[in-house]
Amino acid sequence: MARQEKKKDVVIVGLGWTGSIAGIELCREGLEIVALERGHDQSTVPNFEYPQQIDELKYGVRLKMMQKPSQQTVTVRRNDGETALPYRSLGSFLPGNGVGGAGTHWNGLNWRPQPEELRLRSYVAENWGEEIIPEGMNLGDYPVSYDEMEPFFTHFEKVAGISGKAGNLNGEIQEGGNPFEGWRSEDYPMPPTATTYDSSKFQEACLAAGYHPFPAPAGIASTAYTNPYGMQMGPCNFCGFCERYGCYQYSKSSPQTAILDALKMQPNFSYRTESEVLRVELAEDGKTATGVTYWDHKAGEEVFQPADIVILSSYQLNNVHLMLLSGLGEAYNPLTGMGTLGKNYAYQMNGGVSMFFKDENFNPFVGHGANGMCIDDFSINQNDFGALGFIGGSYWRSGTFNGQPIRNMPLPKGTPSWGAGWKEGIGEWYGHAMSIGSHGSHMSYANNHLDLDPTYKDKHGRPLMRMTFNWQDNDLKMNQYMKSQMEPLAASLNPDVMQSGFKGLGAQYDVRPYQTTHNTGGHIMSANPTQGAVNKFSQTWKAHNVFAMGAGNFVQNTQYNPTGLVGGLAYHTVNAIRTQYLSNPRPLV
Amino acid sequence: MTDIPGLPSRRSFLKASAAGMALSGLALPASAQNAPAPVPLDQYQPDYLTADEWAFVMAATARLIPSEGDGPGALEARVPVFIDLQLAGDYGTADDWYMEGPHDANAEPARGWQTPLNPAEVYRQAIPAFNAWCEETYQAEFAALEPAQQDEALTALQKGEVGLPAEVRDFFTILLANTKEGYFADPQYGGNFEMQSWVYIGFPGARAAFREWPTRHNVKYPLGPVSISGERA
Ligand SMILES: Cc1cc2nc3c(=O)[nH]c(=O)nc-3n(C[C@H](O)[C@H](O)[C@H](O)COP(=O)(O)OP(=O)(O)OC[C@H]3O[C@@H](n4cnc5c(N)ncnc54)[C@H](O)[C@@H]3O)c2cc1C
Ligand code: SF4
Repeated sequence: MARQEKKKDVVIVGLGWTGSIAGIELCREGLEIVALERGHDQSTVPNFEYPQQIDELKYGVRLKMMQKPSQQTVTVRRNDGETALPYRSLGSFLPGNGVGGAGTHWNGLNWRPQPEELRLRSYVAENWGEEIIPEGMNLGDYPVSYDEMEPFFTHFEKVAGISGKAGNLNGEIQEGGNPFEGWRSEDYPMPPTATTYDSSKFQEACLAAGYHPFPAPAGIASTAYTNPYGMQMGPCNFCGFCERYGCYQYSKSSPQTAILDALKMQPNFSYRTESEVLRVELAEDGKTATGVTYWDHKAGEEVFQPADIVILSSYQLNNVHLMLLSGLGEAYNPLTGMGTLGKNYAYQMNGGVSMFFKDENFNPFVGHGANGMCIDDFSINQNDFGALGFIGGSYWRSGTFNGQPIRNMPLPKGTPSWGAGWKEGIGEWYGHAMSIGSHGSHMSYANNHLDLDPTYKDKHGRPLMRMTFNWQDNDLKMNQYMKSQMEPLAASLNPDVMQSGFKGLGAQYDVRPYQTTHNTGGHIMSANPTQGAVNKFSQTWKAHNVFAMGAGNFVQNTQYNPTGLVGGLAYHTVNAIRTQYLSNPRPLV
Repeated sequence: MTDIPGLPSRRSFLKASAAGMALSGLALPASAQNAPAPVPLDQYQPDYLTADEWAFVMAATARLIPSEGDGPGALEARVPVFIDLQLAGDYGTADDWYMEGPHDANAEPARGWQTPLNPAEVYRQAIPAFNAWCEETYQAEFAALEPAQQDEALTALQKGEVGLPAEVRDFFTILLANTKEGYFADPQYGGNFEMQSWVYIGFPGARAAFREWPTRHNVKYPLGPVSISGERA
């Protein structure tokens, strides 16, 4: 028999970005809340203190902040005919672990989607006709519009403390901002951070080419700042140990800097670490949940936590896994198109160009995770899909973010990978290179989906989740188009050497190199229960007192880093719980 | 403002940094040169590697990052010590990795680590197998070969021409990765002795405070590195 804890109004599963948002907002309603976090507790002080945090081997390479595959992982295959094999050591994506989740060690690039991206199927149909949608692509509209979401994007940006420059204020285009973004009701909470040398070179080249450069929207404080919860941030000093690290000085936007200290002061909130949720328990009629069962690592026993509302905020991969294990929907079948859990798993399609300048100094270690200038001239709402032969787009960015030499040692092609030639190469080229990245959309396909693995089990004897994923021609064509446009721009900077890295047609998914931790879909939002796992308020169609937050809600991935949309949707969800659900618990759609 | 009882206050921290206290100026006692000399590599007692394995790692890393030319070689940087300590630790035993079977060691490389062996076991099984190939090809084990032959043998190993069993197929990949890690990691892990590799390439190590630097365009950063323990070079 599992130990049973005292009933709570709300149980939150995972205390990263979305769990922290749910906690602080629902606390204001006076609800009794407990958050269960699988990993350890961690705060800026003492866990991210200088200088212990400035350790590339420990955090950058051995990934000590991340989910350990020994603790939880997935299996991966590239198509239904292949046998899935475990993702045994981390490579392609790095899910977070511990209080703050991946929000602790993210880069801080904080984007809103373009309005067109939230109604992409309709946008395509209106402009080119449905016939341009490739066979097998599950292109969809989100059941929420940009206009509905705008106040929630704005609020998340205020809480997270985002630095940037508006390009579209209430429909008026602003010089120096992104002219292709959706309208904003207010400018960013903080002005942009300083522009490094590589970004300024990129900016000049873009202006000369007639493009529209703007500063990357950054969850990195450019000034002293106090957010709506009274949490303070201090300006970033470009320490260069940002992505994969906790910020040692309250400058990077994270659950720690933006929410958690304020949340922990609330008397009706408590949290338990090393408490790994194993499943959501459903009532006998299957229409509501009664709570969750978790593994208490300290006590070494199963515990049942009863609650009236269950919030799943354990990151996209873990949410889908828990939902599959708990029967919170039917598993998606790509052949019949029936079932919704695991449907529309998507990722990100990236590429880039490196440029080497013998006589110029870029000091690559001076940077932050979201540094740089960007352009959106090749973004979704700028591309003529009919003429180009793909659906999608990307944003481009150039800015130093990490000069750590174990992982960041770009060398001209042809430099030996070891020996005297390599040693000479690192001496000659370290600090003399810059790059431009293309960060592109990834559509959803029947072929790319998640279900339970038939063979491999986790420590608790539960099946691992199985990821079936491969690159698809549509997105690869998009990537090749970006290559064809980016190379001339890079060449206009007259580097001594340049080289590009863009996946081309036929590329197979390789789990080894880091790509992004932008895993999306699997419990997608939909207008009706046959198309997705949750409604527009992230409420599961199966059980009305279970809400699933995070990028699992994405119908297809956008061209941007996901967290701006994840945070906006989280505020949209808690707003619906507060204003519509609590007074009358029921399916909201 | 919400400070947590029992933890240093955020307010005082922010004040301190606002007052312009240079964080990397904290706790910098001795310069690297004043530290006591470490045990010479030929007298080092490995934690994990056997004497034969140690001889191999010394010889192989000395070719992967040779001493000749500008900048330290792997031996000057004490990379073999780093590798020994890593293999003795939780990297060697793959503590963080999912190691449950069934294993398909023959899976395509793009499928990731699929051998049943952990990195320490890969070194243990691959070194004698590679030495046997060297014996067959050059009539001597790797450590006894001339540098040019060693380079040739390592090239064959890198290209997968040595016929290693699938379980240890990734040996060269991890050997090279671990060598570079030991060259560039903070000196507390046993390599990057006196931060020589950081000095060589111009990486300032754990300084991590560059408030006035983003806008100094195309100006080479002038300060040498500091380590986590406060050494300077
Ligand atoms: C290196 C890196 C860089 C990134 N950079 C960017 C970026 O620049 N821009 C951007 O938009 N996004 C970025 N991301 C993604 C971003 O971090 C995520 O989108 C965001 O953190 C998601 O929030 P979340 O609440 O869904 O999950 P998380 O913040 O990861 O929180 C999930 C929490 O749930 C816990 N948990 C998991 N399973 C269980 C369980 N069974 N029981 C209890 N607890 C559990 C986890 O331990 C974790 O603490 C990056 C991610 C990484 C790893
Ligand atoms: S670069 Fe700035 S925001 Fe990022 S960790 Fe360093 S100080 Fe913090």
